[in-house]
Amino acid sequence: MDNLLNTATLIGIAHSGVRLATPYLYAAIGEMFGQRSGVLNLGVEGVMLMGAFAAYYGVFLGADPWLGVLAALLIGALMGLLMAVISVTMQAEQGISGIGLSLFGLGLSSLLLKVLVGSPISIQGFPVWQIPGLSQIPIVGPIFFDHDVLVYIAYLLVPISLFVLYRTTFGLKVRAVGQNPEAADSLGVRVNAVRYATVILGSALAGMAGASLSVGLLNIFQENMTNGLGFIAVALVYFGGWRPIGVLLGALLFSTVSAFQLWMQVLGAPIPPDLAVMLPYILTIVALAVGVKQIRQPAALTKPYERGE
Amino acid sequence: MARFLRSPRFLEIALPIAAVLAAFMIGGVLLWLLGANPFEAYWVLLGGAFGSVSALAATLTKMTPLLLVALGICISYRGGVINIGGEGQIIVGALAATAFALWLRDLPGWLLLTLTLLVGALTGAAWGAIAGVLKARLNVNEILSTVMLNAIALQLMNFLLRGPMLDPEQIAAGTNIAQSEALPRTMWLLRLAPPTLLHAGIILALVLAVLVYLLLWRTTIGYRIRTVGLNPSAARYAGMPVPFYVALSLILGGAFAGLAGAVEVAGVQHRMLEGLSGGYGFSGIVAALFGKLHPLGAIPAAFLFGGLLVGANKMQLTVQVPSALITAINGLVVMFVVASEVYVRRARRRTGREAAAASLQSDAAPVTQASTF
Repeated sequence: MDNLLNTATLIGIAHSGVRLATPYLYAAIGEMFGQRSGVLNLGVEGVMLMGAFAAYYGVFLGADPWLGVLAALLIGALMGLLMAVISVTMQAEQGISGIGLSLFGLGLSSLLLKVLVGSPISIQGFPVWQIPGLSQIPIVGPIFFDHDVLVYIAYLLVPISLFVLYRTTFGLKVRAVGQNPEAADSLGVRVNAVRYATVILGSALAGMAGASLSVGLLNIFQENMTNGLGFIAVALVYFGGWRPIGVLLGALLFSTVSAFQLWMQVLGAPIPPDLAVMLPYILTIVALAVGVKQIRQPAALTKPYERGE
Repeated sequence: MARFLRSPRFLEIALPIAAVLAAFMIGGVLLWLLGANPFEAYWVLLGGAFGSVSALAATLTKMTPLLLVALGICISYRGGVINIGGEGQIIVGALAATAFALWLRDLPGWLLLTLTLLVGALTGAAWGAIAGVLKARLNVNEILSTVMLNAIALQLMNFLLRGPMLDPEQIAAGTNIAQSEALPRTMWLLRLAPPTLLHAGIILALVLAVLVYLLLWRTTIGYRIRTVGLNPSAARYAGMPVPFYVALSLILGGAFAGLAGAVEVAGVQHRMLEGLSGGYGFSGIVAALFGKLHPLGAIPAAFLFGGLLVGANKMQLTVQVPSALITAINGLVVMFVVASEVYVRRARRRTGREAAAASLQSDAAPVTQASTF
């Protein structure tokens, strides 16, 4: 405990925090697009598991990690298409259909792991790539510029999603469709087409979130390895007020709490590890209770759109 | 006949069955792609679930917690809240029941059993109340809060079973398998067909199914829960305290899941151990949806899905097809069942229109109510 607050430890916690935010960022930014267009996709957890397995299996078979990421993106997009057919076209209750998708991904990824791989072994995923120059800066360098490439891409997604959401026609359509689908429709926006696009895009990113775990952070796939992370990502979208910067801050808050908890265990703090692991989940509930600005919720969230006759 | 086939009443029953068949077909294609023989696997699964007296007893044993959880899900969903927290509620219910029974182990068996089941239900209710009050007071999304509460309950169980509640025998033997001390024999639920595990909990679950039906359709509380679920604005306009019924729906849902945990402890395991919740919190949702969120519909649904769980284990043992297949198929069933509701809605609208047209032709009074619920 004595060395808890020295500089090296704090840098270590910050470094882990930056790193562990990666899967949250991919999944939550993807989910944000879906929700901004009015579709709540609760299947993120299952999509992440399938993405994580696809990327892992690719690398397991000897493919380049980039091919693994591509496989994760594709499987994510496919599952997104399934979700869109069910939630957008068939107008299923989104709170339930997403749970179905999560169960499906959980079961299928476990099945595939057992049949195709057997007991999981570690793989060689993306190596750490210290950014030349920047990584030499004291304190800042080791915290921010000493990660694998999927970490950097996750943070690049924040400005990209800001640009897409607020500076492009597509982003305008997404926001319009989520706020007032009738008005958007009357202006010639194809409401359901926009929703298909956001759900498929969001799901592909959820697949990539899974890949960032299995071939980036952990270099292994295990049954149910996401362990509720996908649902936390959905909660982060609420917590982040459906905005990219809010999602970024939420992701960093959660990952830092997780990192802190992990480091406490490493340093042998006198807290039972099982109780320490509860922290992020408790934080999620507290954050949902006090941090969500309901006013910012897209007005048409979870409401299927049907043209009046 | 064609008219019957398109009637909402027929579709309500036929579509869930079609959804299950479709999910199994997709599962079969998957198995075939993975090099397994789907016909053989499904044959073993069916035989393992329903093919012998002992298989049926095992199915009824698994059906018990599923039905209890599904009853809670029926109440929650009828009240308009989506309770995903069954898993956590089962765990805390089972933990509290075990701790209670070990604490007062010298009480007469029947009294201890009754109180233990009550403690399980109350603890589950309290766990559901966290999500319920947060939803009612602060509008916290109950799907997310219940998922988080599942994770918290799981960690709580890990902590308790490895520390304060760890079986002294495990400590003495140095094996440290994470399980509690065994409960006193006097309070075990009656075994109905030894040597199988089938216990009196199934009777309790069936009785409760009828009671939940009466609660929802024959009492004011049930009527209000359903009204709040169908149309909260109308309920508010009619002067009902909507937040109260929202919280109550989650509390009752939690009570049934907590009871399921206590029944598993008192009837099957006779102690608390890891994996006791067995995914019933999720399979219970599948069963409730398949039973069309009707407590009596949940009975055959829980029987079917309990059988699938039993059969899946058999399938894993004899033809080495992982039982995770059933989790994937359950997921597909959920998606297909909720997706297929669109056809029921359309059929209702159509019959409403047809009735209106017919009444116009016959110069009868205009139909004011287009659809029934």
